Amino acid sequence: MTDLATNTPEVAAGSRSLWAVAMIRMRRNRAAMASLVILIVLALAGIFGPMLAPHSYAEVYPEFVKVDPSLEPYPQEAQIIPSAETALRRARVDIESIEVGGGEVVIGLSSSREIDPRITRYVDRSDVFSNAEITEIAEDGLSATMVADVQQLYFLMGTDANGRDLFSRILISLRISLMIGALATGVALLIGVLYGATAGFVGGRVDNVMMRIVDILYSLPFVFFVILLVVFFGRNLVLMFIAVGAVEWLDMARIVRGQTLSLRRREFVQAAETLGVSGWDILRRHIIPNTLGTVIIYMTLLIPKVILLESFLSFLGLGVQEPLTSLGVLIAEGAKNMRNAPFMLFYPAATMTILLFALNFLGDGLRDALDPKDR
Amino acid sequence: MAEQERVLDVDNVRVTFDTPDGEVRAVRGVSMHVNPGESVAVVGESGSGKSQVMMAAMGLLASNGRVEGSVRYRGQELVGLPLKALNDIRGVKVTMIFQEPMTSLDPLFTIEDQLSEPLRVHGGLSKREASARVLELLELVQIPNAKARMSAYPHELSGGQRQRVMIAMALANDPDLLIADEPTTALDVTIQAEILQLLADLQARLGMSILFITHDLGIVEAFADRVYVMNKGLVEEEGPTERVFHAPQTEYTRMLLAAEPEGHKAPVGPDAPVLLRGENVQVTFGRPKGFLRPDTQLHAVRGINLTLRKGQTIGVVGESGSGKSTLGRALLQMLPSTGRVVYLDNDIEGLDRAAMRPYRKGLQMVFQDPYGSLSPRLTTGEIIAEGLQVHEPGLSRKERQRRVAEAMSDVGLDPSMRNRFPHEFSGGQRQRVAIARAVILRPQVIVLDEPTSALDRSVQKQVIELLRRLQVEHELSYVFISHDLAVVRALSDYLMVMKNGEVVEEGPVDAVFDHPTTDYTRTLMRAAFDLTSLLRPAARTGT
Amino acid sequence: MLAYALRRLLGAIPTIFIIVTAAFFMMRIAPGGPFDQERALEPTVMANLNEAFGLDRPLWEQYAMYLGNLLRGDMGPSFIYRDMRVHEILGQGLPVSMQLGMTALLLAFVIGTALGSIAALRQNTRADYGVIAVATFGITVPNFVVAPVLSLVFAVILSWLPAQGWGRWDQMILPVIALALPQVAVIARLIRGSMIEALRSDHVRTARAYGLPARMVVIKHALRAAVLPAISYLGPAAAALLTGSIVIEQVFNIPGIGRFFVNGALARDYTLVMGTVVIVAVFVVVFNLIVDLLYALLDPRVRYD
Repeated sequence: MTDLATNTPEVAAGSRSLWAVAMIRMRRNRAAMASLVILIVLALAGIFGPMLAPHSYAEVYPEFVKVDPSLEPYPQEAQIIPSAETALRRARVDIESIEVGGGEVVIGLSSSREIDPRITRYVDRSDVFSNAEITEIAEDGLSATMVADVQQLYFLMGTDANGRDLFSRILISLRISLMIGALATGVALLIGVLYGATAGFVGGRVDNVMMRIVDILYSLPFVFFVILLVVFFGRNLVLMFIAVGAVEWLDMARIVRGQTLSLRRREFVQAAETLGVSGWDILRRHIIPNTLGTVIIYMTLLIPKVILLESFLSFLGLGVQEPLTSLGVLIAEGAKNMRNAPFMLFYPAATMTILLFALNFLGDGLRDALDPKDR
Repeated sequence: MAEQERVLDVDNVRVTFDTPDGEVRAVRGVSMHVNPGESVAVVGESGSGKSQVMMAAMGLLASNGRVEGSVRYRGQELVGLPLKALNDIRGVKVTMIFQEPMTSLDPLFTIEDQLSEPLRVHGGLSKREASARVLELLELVQIPNAKARMSAYPHELSGGQRQRVMIAMALANDPDLLIADEPTTALDVTIQAEILQLLADLQARLGMSILFITHDLGIVEAFADRVYVMNKGLVEEEGPTERVFHAPQTEYTRMLLAAEPEGHKAPVGPDAPVLLRGENVQVTFGRPKGFLRPDTQLHAVRGINLTLRKGQTIGVVGESGSGKSTLGRALLQMLPSTGRVVYLDNDIEGLDRAAMRPYRKGLQMVFQDPYGSLSPRLTTGEIIAEGLQVHEPGLSRKERQRRVAEAMSDVGLDPSMRNRFPHEFSGGQRQRVAIARAVILRPQVIVLDEPTSALDRSVQKQVIELLRRLQVEHELSYVFISHDLAVVRALSDYLMVMKNGEVVEEGPVDAVFDHPTTDYTRTLMRAAFDLTSLLRPAARTGT
Repeated sequence: MLAYALRRLLGAIPTIFIIVTAAFFMMRIAPGGPFDQERALEPTVMANLNEAFGLDRPLWEQYAMYLGNLLRGDMGPSFIYRDMRVHEILGQGLPVSMQLGMTALLLAFVIGTALGSIAALRQNTRADYGVIAVATFGITVPNFVVAPVLSLVFAVILSWLPAQGWGRWDQMILPVIALALPQVAVIARLIRGSMIEALRSDHVRTARAYGLPARMVVIKHALRAAVLPAISYLGPAAAALLTGSIVIEQVFNIPGIGRFFVNGALARDYTLVMGTVVIVAVFVVVFNLIVDLLYALLDPRVRYD
């Protein structure tokens, strides 16, 4: 009892709360800090990315299906010439020369008949070209030079099987995943903390009954129920939040209840009781602040679980609906197309992995900072 | 004495721990030795490094610990010895028993399994031979019904029995030196006395040396031939026990010796008003037998009567499980109980939280664990002020601050520390905060539940002085719950001795201490105050 | 302990009853039925079908009938697999899923324990960091990512193993690995933590103080204590494997109950889905009970009352 081997330091100058100490520890943890930065970047990308991205996540480019990721703009030179040929096929002119460069295409034309300047319409009709103009026309009208702007589309991560920009789709799916993560975690947190704190604090028979219910719910094959819910009530984002949140609150309730129960036995809570502090104030002043650390830690670990569950449902085709998308949907599509377009699997899977890694590292870092064994 | 004859020779040992907050130098150059057949004690307060010296010697430091210097067993250097060679010494020639008998044995193996291991590994005994020797050892350490106990698991034994098993294990291979690291600290005094008696007896019969690490001077005086006093990683003083106890040479040793609780409290007059009265108080835990469920009922307190008068201190003593703490909580209506509790002519038995609130102001409590009884996320100022917010909500912020400052200086704390958090305080300071939290309400009765048990003796003494002063200044009445008879004697004027939920003896303190009427009280007294007479003759005659 | 086992078994009955009831009514409240097809059926045909399957009766009557049949071990006819009773379908699927799941569980337990112990014994060395990295990867990367990637690498690119199917031993390798990986990770982490704690515990210090050989200290005293938390994790692990096998069976085209469940749910095959849920629930409850009893067997301190 006496030899606790604590080197009780002389009271340090100033005052540091446990939170302040935790913050200092946290800052020293490089993996956790890096994860925090990455998460902020990903969250910003999810929130603002879809507004800033050059393509809408739903826009379909039928000419560019499953094109490879590239830093060069699409269409590439090799594709422009056939596109121009296709576009002018019905104009009944011969193409003498095509030069591509600087976002423009210069086409030399000739024809056995006089060239109608309105043939620029044929070119404009193509998605690839715009602002076509006849810049020079020969005296006899049998040859001309046409200049048209070439569309420049950047597909940094390529396009999907429908010709939609994968980068934009990843941005929107980040938004969806993070939103579901945050909201469903919120639902789980709210139910779990209230339920667990009540059971732990009231104790006795009430606690027994409440925890028996949790036990029963635990032994339910819950994912099967979520699948049932989603299948039978249609795919619906709100339902998804509720379903996922309703599954994940059980752990939270158990953890908070255990904490509350052990805190209730702690002498400082008994001390508050001898002071005559009311039940609500004990909960508010002594119990909840002391469970907060655990709750925050658990929350950061819950978010990835929730995102995973959502992706799991989406992977099975039971999640969000087209044209909206989520990482799970993208990964499922990628898996289907991995033989001829492996990047479709790679980018979403990498995004998901980075996101989950960052969340897990942050959670671990918080746990180390808030729940040090040495106190 | 020639160097080779020494059993253990510790020479300028330093132990350093690498922690996240920097290096901690737990032992800073310690030398000591043990001669054959000798009893040596190493005494010191918590954090003095007394345990770490021997952990380092035996290669048992935590992984972040480093040792420098030299430790020799009969001339053989142990520091830096390869594990294989070290294993030929530890568990054979040098054995250890530890402070926590609860956790020092592997919970997953039977007593026989664990005791056989060192016998079979070092002695090369067969399973059958080992089994026979285990039985012999268990009988040697006087475990009742030894044969049946061999197949028991550690959790099925009491604390004292487990420590006996540890001793049996230590004796298994006829050691040269037995290192006992606070072996009785976690045990009740009567059990402590039995274990010490056993050790003294075994030493007399088997002739090994014993090195005893302890914080308890009473044990040192009764047990050791020679003593080392350690403080802050250094040996302050060493010498024969007699000499150190009667002519201490350093200030620190003098302080330690003077830290034994002393003083005396005069009884209150029979006409002093009665503040708190308990009649036939009973507390029962657990549930009766149900469907396919065994009976788990435990009668913790069985019908106790108690009358507390103004200015009185009732000491409640008893060993763990005697129900003394439960009684204290039942009096304050902090757990369900039956019977009758009257406070200032109001029947408060069974009142709910809200109905009880007005009486709480007058009935306060101080707890044992100074680490656990303060809310870790509140500042000391907030902790002390909490009761005021409940009972004097009309107080202005400024007035409340003034009262907090007053209470803090009252208990000997600097009021400027009110913005600090509990973890920034030492154990003694925390206990002062806890006392300030109680006295700020100007209560009439304070139940003190082992308020000094978790503190070092020197700090303990200061807290006792504080409690005594506060009692006079504020005319307080105490119910003082403790297992420590010396402290109880110093502080109370009336004594109740509890066992198994019942009061076996009660009366004015002096009467009970001087003329105990029951065997149980007598055993308790002897174990607490008369270890020397208990051990020394025992060692000679071998009872 | 027998009394405890009995009480737990009795306690499982209301649980299973609640599951059956919840699943039954949830399905029936939902819009759509098993005979809703792209092209609407003739009303008379629809009525006949409904009558044949008892769907025209009041809901509570259907419920009572279902319960009655269930007690006799009959889970009714499947709606989409014509001429098959549900228990026949599940009878084919269950052994497959069980084989897949149990192999993965065993593998996860053995490998996870080994990795976790190595990490704990070599704390803060490269081996430890390696295990932590593998564990973090396994926990982080979901098996619906791992499974297609494994299939891509080993079946498509390298052609070492078959990409699909079930029945031969080599068809088991990829699905078992994909299914076990996350659990390997969790168990390795768990064991690492509990092993570090065990190595610091008082009774291991005793074993060392008594000069027992290092291997004996680690295996007999530390590991045995450290494995206990992993044992109590087996229940949740089995549940996670059940969920995971839905994905794995889909990706590797394995005829287990996970596939029947998804197909059944999509086609609103009431009886098939109900049957799956009941089987899974019974399995989870019984498995948890076995784990608890196993724990009691390994830890003499546990007393059930």
